Amino acid sequence: MNFDFSDDQKQLRDEARRFLAEHCPPKAIRAVLEGQQPYDRALWKGLAEMGFLGVAIPERFGGAGAGYLELCVIAEEMGRALAPVPFASTIYLAAEAIMLAGSDAQKAKWLPAIASGAAIGTLALFEGAGNPAHKTIKVSGSQGAISGTKAPVADGAIADFAIVAARTASTGRESDIGLFLVDLSGDGVQRRTLTNIDQSHNQAEIIFDRCKAEPLGAASEGWSILTRVLDRAAVLTAFEQLGGSDRALEMGRDYALDRIAFGRQIGSFQAVKHLLADMYVSATLARSNCYYGAWALSTNAAELPEAAATARISATQAFQHCAKNNIQVHGGMGFTWEFDCHLYYRRANALALSLGR
Amino acid sequence: MHSRCRSADDTPQEAAFRAEARAWISANAPKELEAELSQPTVGRIALKNKDILVESKKWQKKKAEAGWACLHWPKEYGGRGASPIERVIWQQEEGIYGKLEGVFLIGQGMCGPTVMAFGNEADKAKYLPKLASGEHIWCQLFSEPSAGSDVAGLRTRAEKKGDDWIINGQKVWTTGAHFSDYGIVITRTDPTQPKHKGLTMFFLDMKTRGVEVKPIKQANGQSEFNEVYFTDVKIPDSQRLGAVNDGWNVSLTTLMNERMSIGARQSTGFPELFAFCSNLMLEDGLAIDDKNVRSKLANWAVKASGLKYTSYRAISALSRGERPGPENSIGKLVAGTMLQDIATFALDLQGAAGVLSDADSVAAAGQFQSILLRSPSDRIAGGTDEILRNIIAERVLGLPGDIRVDKDIPFNAIPTKGR
Ligand SMILES: Cc1cc2nc3c(=O)[nH]c(=O)nc-3n(C[C@H](O)[C@H](O)[C@H](O)COP(=O)(O)OP(=O)(O)OC[C@H]3O[C@@H](n4cnc5c(N)ncnc54)[C@H](O)[C@@H]3O)c2cc1C
Repeated sequence: MNFDFSDDQKQLRDEARRFLAEHCPPKAIRAVLEGQQPYDRALWKGLAEMGFLGVAIPERFGGAGAGYLELCVIAEEMGRALAPVPFASTIYLAAEAIMLAGSDAQKAKWLPAIASGAAIGTLALFEGAGNPAHKTIKVSGSQGAISGTKAPVADGAIADFAIVAARTASTGRESDIGLFLVDLSGDGVQRRTLTNIDQSHNQAEIIFDRCKAEPLGAASEGWSILTRVLDRAAVLTAFEQLGGSDRALEMGRDYALDRIAFGRQIGSFQAVKHLLADMYVSATLARSNCYYGAWALSTNAAELPEAAATARISATQAFQHCAKNNIQVHGGMGFTWEFDCHLYYRRANALALSLGR
Repeated sequence: MHSRCRSADDTPQEAAFRAEARAWISANAPKELEAELSQPTVGRIALKNKDILVESKKWQKKKAEAGWACLHWPKEYGGRGASPIERVIWQQEEGIYGKLEGVFLIGQGMCGPTVMAFGNEADKAKYLPKLASGEHIWCQLFSEPSAGSDVAGLRTRAEKKGDDWIINGQKVWTTGAHFSDYGIVITRTDPTQPKHKGLTMFFLDMKTRGVEVKPIKQANGQSEFNEVYFTDVKIPDSQRLGAVNDGWNVSLTTLMNERMSIGARQSTGFPELFAFCSNLMLEDGLAIDDKNVRSKLANWAVKASGLKYTSYRAISALSRGERPGPENSIGKLVAGTMLQDIATFALDLQGAAGVLSDADSVAAAGQFQSILLRSPSDRIAGGTDEILRNIIAERVLGLPGDIRVDKDIPFNAIPTKGR
């Protein structure tokens, strides 16, 4: 049995980890969090140069054509480093939607731009509170134009284009929903950055007013394409969460070894040890489920929806669990702005909600 | 990444092995037990009109004769020299009939490997094949009334008299001692040394004069474990396993091997709960259609799945030639609590009738009531939750060991009562 990544994939992981350790230190995350720039442009450019943005994009569209397992490996490192770049929205959502449903012309236009870092994309799906369902989508799309409001849109204020889920009919069926590709630099687009719990990632409201939009995929298949995109994104997001869980656990462990109280390392107190052991348990269960998800994603197995949901739930639980207990292990220090614990806590809770409930 | 969760993922070699195993099982398995063994079981299985011990021995013997017993053991000791993957494939194919292995697990999984590592050649040739074939059942005599988690605190004495050893003392919680033929026993041979240093391991015939086994009635009403008393039990020095006063290291081999039993899947209760919720009618319809029930099921499903794929990762590591590490402690830790929580939840769903365990009058024939009463032991036997967390914290995460106030003082100077 080989239920693990290959040596080449592990090498890629090491490479990504080294690169991110150098180019994405906590102060880079803070620069975005504290509003000095909307995302880390230099890092984004570097990721493109390393070939990480196009790792799963076919070679003929400017990518490396390596595959999903490689993308999973990179996603884990992006999560570990809390990279403040529009990776998830551009790669897991926008690029995936185009690869799944785009015409040759759409692929030829956008995929190379994504791989080279020239274009940031996103998926505009949510319309306020609640879980989006085909019956609740209000934004309307007809004859190449869409109108209505989407929020929150991840990376909505910095994206160059968006895939928008819009209503094209009102029969009460899934086929009412179509996907549209919208160039956000055009007319009829108003954007507003919204404050959110994890300011290291942009969230925006986008108002479309009879904005020009080209259909992506068959008009009646929007919902089914969307479902497939979300399944894939769930696996990739789970890997990000896994990376975050592991890092939060490591931070807690390291601190428990350094900090002395009552004349002992706090890591020698059983209550602290058991807290950390439980973090390890949830991170391990999540890792195993993520590998199952990665397998299903890379082989396009029939189990993908189930495997994706399993990986996603498991990784959400693990990251939230590790991030909150990492603060606990750090004590008062853990609740300061200066310490990095809250960066993980914020990201864990933002990622938990990022694809809807 | 390959998943091998299904036969479709087999290599040609593995497929051939699977086909061979499948054909043999279908021609030889005790089909008359199929209906009973197919019932979901957590913990001990009992057969209505047949003796489980007799049926288990029959099946084991048949397997041994055809070369399917103790697959990973060397051929000369009654095994097959199989790879970890082959063992997993066998377990998948054996399916429900694997439940008949329960009574052999301690002997084959823990005692056997210890004898294999420390016994002399003549004894290995004499005892191991009979252990593999199920002719003999072995038990593990470690725990004592004042030495459970802290097993190195044991007091059973062994004293050298000429070429023999004389054993006196008491063991407790010894699973299967009442039907075991042999046992491995750890004793104190030098009480003037610190507690881990004066221990020695032996194996012995449970029918030796002076060995007395008294079954204990458990909290769930059954009797699977026992008290075992030793009164001037005389055994030859040739039955010593490992060096005198090196018993602690020998016991670590036993405990390491416990983890080797990876494929022996830990019950979580999840499949049982899922089936139960799919059939149980509540006020507003089937339990499984209820939002809250579904969300609880999803949480447990994810855990059960995590355990399953964690074991796949462990098997992958094994097949790369790596030793299973302490990280495998998570299986029991997660499954134990899950089993207990799941049983509590299943009872809760039944409302007032949840208290009933009379098989004829309640949903699922009282299955969850019996799981509830049994599940506390899953969080204790083979290491308590607390001890497993210590193992993870210390050996996986590298945190400092617990403070041990008794570590460096002679055993006979350690206080024996809390107050
Ligand atoms: C069904 C069953 C079958 C068994 N079969 C066998 C068998 O075949 N052979 C055999 O030798 N033994 C067997 N045992 C014994 C089993 O290994 C012990 O019960 C177990 O190791 C716990 O020891 P104890 O019962 O003495 O509890 P104790 O060690 O007294 O523990 C009491 C409580 O204190 C906690 N505790 C103890 N030390 C620590 C610590 N350092 N840190 C934190 N908490 C601690 C424990 O976690 C537990 O909650 C069996 C037990 C059961 C329940």
